[in-house]
Amino acid sequence: MAKRILALTLGSALAVVGLVAAFEPIRGHAETSGGGALKGAADFASIADTKERSKAIFAEASRVLTHPRCINCHPATRSPTQGEDMHPHVPLMIAADSSMGPAGLACSTCHGPENRGIVGSRLKSIPGNAHWQLAPESMAWQGLTVSQICQQVKDTERNGNRSHADLIKHMGEDHLVGWAWHPGEGRSAPPGSQAELAALIAAWVDTGAECPD
Amino acid sequence: MPYNLTVNGKSYAVDVDGDIPLLWVLRDTIGLTGTKFGCGIAMCGACTVHVDGMPVRSCILPVSEAAEKPVTTIEAIGDTPEGRKIQQAWLDIDVVQCGYCQSGQIMSATALLAANPKPSDGDIDAVMAGNICRCGTYPRIRAAIKLAAQG
Ligand code: FES
Ligand code: FES
Repeated sequence: MAKRILALTLGSALAVVGLVAAFEPIRGHAETSGGGALKGAADFASIADTKERSKAIFAEASRVLTHPRCINCHPATRSPTQGEDMHPHVPLMIAADSSMGPAGLACSTCHGPENRGIVGSRLKSIPGNAHWQLAPESMAWQGLTVSQICQQVKDTERNGNRSHADLIKHMGEDHLVGWAWHPGEGRSAPPGSQAELAALIAAWVDTGAECPD
Repeated sequence: MPYNLTVNGKSYAVDVDGDIPLLWVLRDTIGLTGTKFGCGIAMCGACTVHVDGMPVRSCILPVSEAAEKPVTTIEAIGDTPEGRKIQQAWLDIDVVQCGYCQSGQIMSATALLAANPKPSDGDIDAVMAGNICRCGTYPRIRAAIKLAAQG
């Protein structure tokens, strides 16, 4: 009898947990609420070997590059992904030749020059930026290892012919890159800040721009 | 805030908050109810209008961004050459089922034809993917766009 009561109690406790889980509100992320801190170059000073230090610095920077705010628009196919779980973009969207959508359905049909708030929906905002578009095909990052992303970033054949100095500038000043830290309500931001990312990329370049294994 | 809207060639002076979606102003303030509310989050296409000749989802477009730009809605899309062809093809093929999504479908199809006069099946699917039809009129929509592209 005692056993049976215990089982019942346990059963209902589990049911309650299940219910709570089912009704848990979709968690929102306040704007720029962070992915936490990004380590700075100084945090890697203890790695004596310059090559190894360079690799470690890129690995830290890759926490930004592989964050959903960045990698959702560096998809493996020519269709963007969306959300924290990187599901296929709803509605289905393609980059087309322009990287800005097919003729007749540009990204700007929905994505304006700024994030647009939405009232009364679980979706808190539609993200936006004046330069909203998909990264070029050569910069597809989804499905790559951090090492492969690093190789791509350095490869002038695939990185838009950017020198190392250009990379620091791009990561540090590009407006669309900077959007990641101002993603609009309902979206998490990558760790650190754009300036901290640029400083890490600069430190990576200074140490020889080595790629993690 | 006062805004001057130009809708279907007519001027409207409206006094609304700048972040109110254009859709609400069109329907509730101006009284043009041909444009429909489906989802309110840019996912169904029912609210599609043209601003500056480009299709936009009016349910998420702040009215402040549409001020001083020409807005075209379903009520006047038949005055454009592509809109007229699309609407005629819609009648010829008898596309409409319940009709709720169709203002948006016609606005998107017109934008497609204006940007791409001879769209392939793939082109049609890519653009019309943004418009949902709960009645499933997709095959007729595609046929009608092809018919419009011929004429
Ligand atoms: S109501 Fe605007 S896209 Fe659904
Ligand atoms: S015709 Fe009914 S929703 Fe499309």
